[in-house]
Amino acid sequence: MEEEIGVITSHCYQCGKCTAGCPLNEDMDIMPSQILRILQAELPGYEDKLLSSLSIWLCLACDTCYSRCPQEVKLSQVMDFLRQESLRQNKVNPKAKDILSFHKAFLETIEKNGKLNEVWLTLNYKLKSLNMLQDVQKAPSMFFKGKLNPFPNKVQNVEEIERIFKRVSENEGGNK
Amino acid sequence: MKIGFYPGCSLESSSKEYSTSLFAVAEKCGVTLEEIKDWSCCGASAAHSLSHDLSIALPARTLALAENQGMTEIVIPCAACYGRLAASQQAIINDEKVHQRIEGYIDLKFAGSIKLLTIFEFLQKYIFPVADQYIVNKLNQKTACYYGCLLARPKDLTKLKHPESPMEMEVVMEKAGATPVDWAFKTECCGAGFSMSRTDIVAKLSGKILEDAADRGADSIIVACPMCHSNLDLRRPEIKKQIKRDIDIPVLFITQALGLSMGIPAKDLGLDKHFVPTGNTVSCIVKKEA
Amino acid sequence: MARIGVFICHCGENISATVDVEKVAREAEKLSGVGYAMDYKYMCSDPGQTKIIEAIKEHNLTGIVVGSCSPRMHEATFRKVAEKAGINPYLCEIANIREQVSWVHPKSDATTQKAIDIVRTLVQKVKRDSALFPIKVPVTKTALVVGGGIAGIQAALDIANAGHQVILVEKSPSIGGHMSQLSETFPTLDCSQCILTPRMVEVAQHPNITLHTYAEVESVSGFVGNFDVKVRLKARSVDLSKCTGCGTCWEKCPNKKIPDEFNAGLSFRTAIYTPFPQAVPNKPVIDREHCTWFLKGKCGLCAKNCPTGAINYDTQDEFIDLKVGAIVAATGFDIKHTDFFPEYGYGQFKDVIDGLQFERLASASGPTGGEIRRPSDGEIPEKIVFLACSGSRDKAKGIEYCSKICCMYTAKHAMLYKHKHHEGNAYIFYMDIRSAGKNYDEFVRRAVEEDDVHYIRGRVSRIYEKNGKLIVKGVDTLMNAEPIEIEADMVVLATAVVANQDAESVAQKMHISYDKHHFFAEAHPKLRPVETNTAGIMLAGACQTAKDIPDTVSQASAAASKVIGLFSADEMTREPVIAVVNRMMPPQFTTCTGCLLCMEVCPYHAIEREEIKDRRTGEILKVAAKVNAGLCQGCGTCVAFCRNKSIDLQGFSNQQMLSEVMALLNKPF
Repeated sequence: MEEEIGVITSHCYQCGKCTAGCPLNEDMDIMPSQILRILQAELPGYEDKLLSSLSIWLCLACDTCYSRCPQEVKLSQVMDFLRQESLRQNKVNPKAKDILSFHKAFLETIEKNGKLNEVWLTLNYKLKSLNMLQDVQKAPSMFFKGKLNPFPNKVQNVEEIERIFKRVSENEGGNK
Repeated sequence: MKIGFYPGCSLESSSKEYSTSLFAVAEKCGVTLEEIKDWSCCGASAAHSLSHDLSIALPARTLALAENQGMTEIVIPCAACYGRLAASQQAIINDEKVHQRIEGYIDLKFAGSIKLLTIFEFLQKYIFPVADQYIVNKLNQKTACYYGCLLARPKDLTKLKHPESPMEMEVVMEKAGATPVDWAFKTECCGAGFSMSRTDIVAKLSGKILEDAADRGADSIIVACPMCHSNLDLRRPEIKKQIKRDIDIPVLFITQALGLSMGIPAKDLGLDKHFVPTGNTVSCIVKKEA
Repeated sequence: MARIGVFICHCGENISATVDVEKVAREAEKLSGVGYAMDYKYMCSDPGQTKIIEAIKEHNLTGIVVGSCSPRMHEATFRKVAEKAGINPYLCEIANIREQVSWVHPKSDATTQKAIDIVRTLVQKVKRDSALFPIKVPVTKTALVVGGGIAGIQAALDIANAGHQVILVEKSPSIGGHMSQLSETFPTLDCSQCILTPRMVEVAQHPNITLHTYAEVESVSGFVGNFDVKVRLKARSVDLSKCTGCGTCWEKCPNKKIPDEFNAGLSFRTAIYTPFPQAVPNKPVIDREHCTWFLKGKCGLCAKNCPTGAINYDTQDEFIDLKVGAIVAATGFDIKHTDFFPEYGYGQFKDVIDGLQFERLASASGPTGGEIRRPSDGEIPEKIVFLACSGSRDKAKGIEYCSKICCMYTAKHAMLYKHKHHEGNAYIFYMDIRSAGKNYDEFVRRAVEEDDVHYIRGRVSRIYEKNGKLIVKGVDTLMNAEPIEIEADMVVLATAVVANQDAESVAQKMHISYDKHHFFAEAHPKLRPVETNTAGIMLAGACQTAKDIPDTVSQASAAASKVIGLFSADEMTREPVIAVVNRMMPPQFTTCTGCLLCMEVCPYHAIEREEIKDRRTGEILKVAAKVNAGLCQGCGTCVAFCRNKSIDLQGFSNQQMLSEVMALLNKPF
């Protein structure tokens, strides 16, 4: 991992400031500083714990950790890497299912339209997460405020977008 | 004066009022915003969470288009889009191998030389020099300026002078005649992209922000990020339920607040499109003394 | 005709295991000019040395080359041997065939050949060696101590007690330094002022010490044993000979709103003031930057009320010229004050303070009379949170080093608070506990076990203020990284120890090196910690690096001993490996054209401009460069730069260097 994203785990001296400042520290199962410790310690059997944790999916990439870290460890990039790795190795925590569904639905919308289509996104997400009734009351008011357009502009050269997705997927080993 | 413009997906739909008010203010000050032709989504959190290369490639396409369309400067009002485009540009500038790989993905050649402006830089450079002659009203209320995460971090990309307690928005609000309050949650996270998938977290985090603003006596919250706006505005009922308090202070985009001070009618600034009514703020406007 | 002796050492097995030493000696014997060669197991031993002396006498050797370890080890040994045998010690050269050959290469023919090559080049050098004699430089037996904190005080007393004159210069109105600001010191909890003030008085009364307070060093020139120092005596506006220290003036002064530096900004002082009641000298100065008389021309109450007429607004800064033989730099340190940690609200929230401010709160002579009270409302805090490592060990903030004293003083602060307020709660967020001194760890354990201080291992991410309380968001990494939130009444940051603001300019004035953090550089971190690279200037105290009081006092005494050693002879002997500008008969006098490029590039300011005058008329015949034998360190920079090669290095002349190179290339010279 160190090579790929340029983060050197030995820089972390486990001060815990990242955990202290993380807005999601009340909800995470493994704390940010612990995640770094597991990567540092390289003990067998712990890698799986990381990849199947809920924390990596709860991370909002707010960058509070990185901005305050005294050793300038890019924890946010580590989180991105772990998310991608978790998906690649099929170890996503079941509690993170909805979060992952949202991300996937989002990207699928972009792939098809080049831009976000909120109606498509919502429908796609609901199908994946089976949260059918969520936010249904908001839809009409959003529509009348002009914020929900079922037929928004597509990118003209949308095939360019599809091509980008395809190429990246081939290069990275396909994990969409 | 012309400058390139990248709206991003939210400014076209769920946060259309940000775009409307931005255009209104720009037009008043003689600035033309030229939208990048055929721009596409920046990928937001989904891309960087699921695929490293995709998170650089998607914004890179837009950067390349803008460069090839002859633009030298673009303003990106959406905080998240700015973050993604800036990060993508940094990645390709720093590593030639990445640069080439990305060019391979997007089938476009570009140098990554275009200058990216945050909304604050845009206001400072293009609006402030001429604004004074157009400001006719005072907002006359206490505002809590909320930056959220992506307008403040990472420090090297957002270029704020004091990332822990920034004053860029406060300066604008003072020009608009409002009194910014000093409060503790200026750069705390609102819950970002969890609006649908973990609404409970948004309610909790945005709730803390709303409570502190209200406790410090703010009459409104000013934002410059569509996601923060949505979480604090659209999700207000969920927040109220979570914190068990009825706080009704409205959330305005900075361009809307500035527009009000320039005498632009509320409707032209999209102030009727909010979920939390903005009537109180509008009624607080008084004419500025000469 | 040269008859060089070559002596190859086996150095036990250090050299002989990799290099064929017998072969090296045999090959050396074949060289022209070599009169004798031998090899031996331990050349530096007594029998080895005897063999050299016998060989010199028996074979009439005119110079010797010893193939052995690095000259840094035994050059001095073998030069003494040469001297004992009756030849000039500078006709002895060392061929390093250990550190540069046997220790860095595997055993092979090529390795032995390298040793042979090196010996060959040194033989060529020795052939061109001239006899050199140590240089004698006179020494002025007066020392200058810059800085009147505990380091400067200790150094001054030690040097004075050894019978030498000392001049102590201190830039603030009183000596005492930061130690005078402390309430109690670790690990004994001695009252700081009680143990310091006797020393301060001793300095003031010592017959051998001349004390100049409110004074700064303006410039330093010269060289070891012979420094010329200009000191600026800042205008006190008070005549020390008339002032009795009665205090009427500062009682009458209407300008009471100047932030008090001694109380770390927690209170105010008047424009005419003494920094603290036990000040030495206990006579006030007028702060001209804030005094109404100097700013607006009004007031003058102090002069009107002074019973002895000691106040004079017209005094100006005075300059004095001193001749000293050695200088001790003891200028001390500062702590980071500014809003260095925006996430901790320092500078923004009144109740977030730094360690020095806490000392003043705890001190009986402080703004609250020794009661720990919140600066915002004067209430006694029920919960104090101490943050260790606030700024130190922080690469992101540019201070990677550890400030050494904070773990100890944080424990001390927590203990003092608990001693004064038993029901209070003290929390310390720490990363590691660095308590390595004598009785130090026991002290920290006392804080934990006897005084009930809560230690939490983790750092704090953010502090903000709500409803008069400070919300501290930290973490307990020993409890599975559990986030901890504390509503504190006061927060004390153990900020980083840094060099003084003007440390850089002081170092530049004294021509001593300093590092990127502006701490003064010692000559060698392990073996020469109290000297600088500038001969004659010693270091004492925290100006070198963060240090506690025991180490400071030790270092001050060590620096004093170096000075006393320097003063032990009337003349200093120096190695003659220095640069020399050539001189010859008139009318030429020298090939030097006086361009003085060498003077510009000399890193030691050792080159002067010399006017060669006609002896009878005094007319200037030629301007040339002259090397100051006392300062020159023999680096050779001037030789490299000289446009027409008029300057050369004794012991490493251009001819010698060229001959060595040609010998390496196996070409004749």
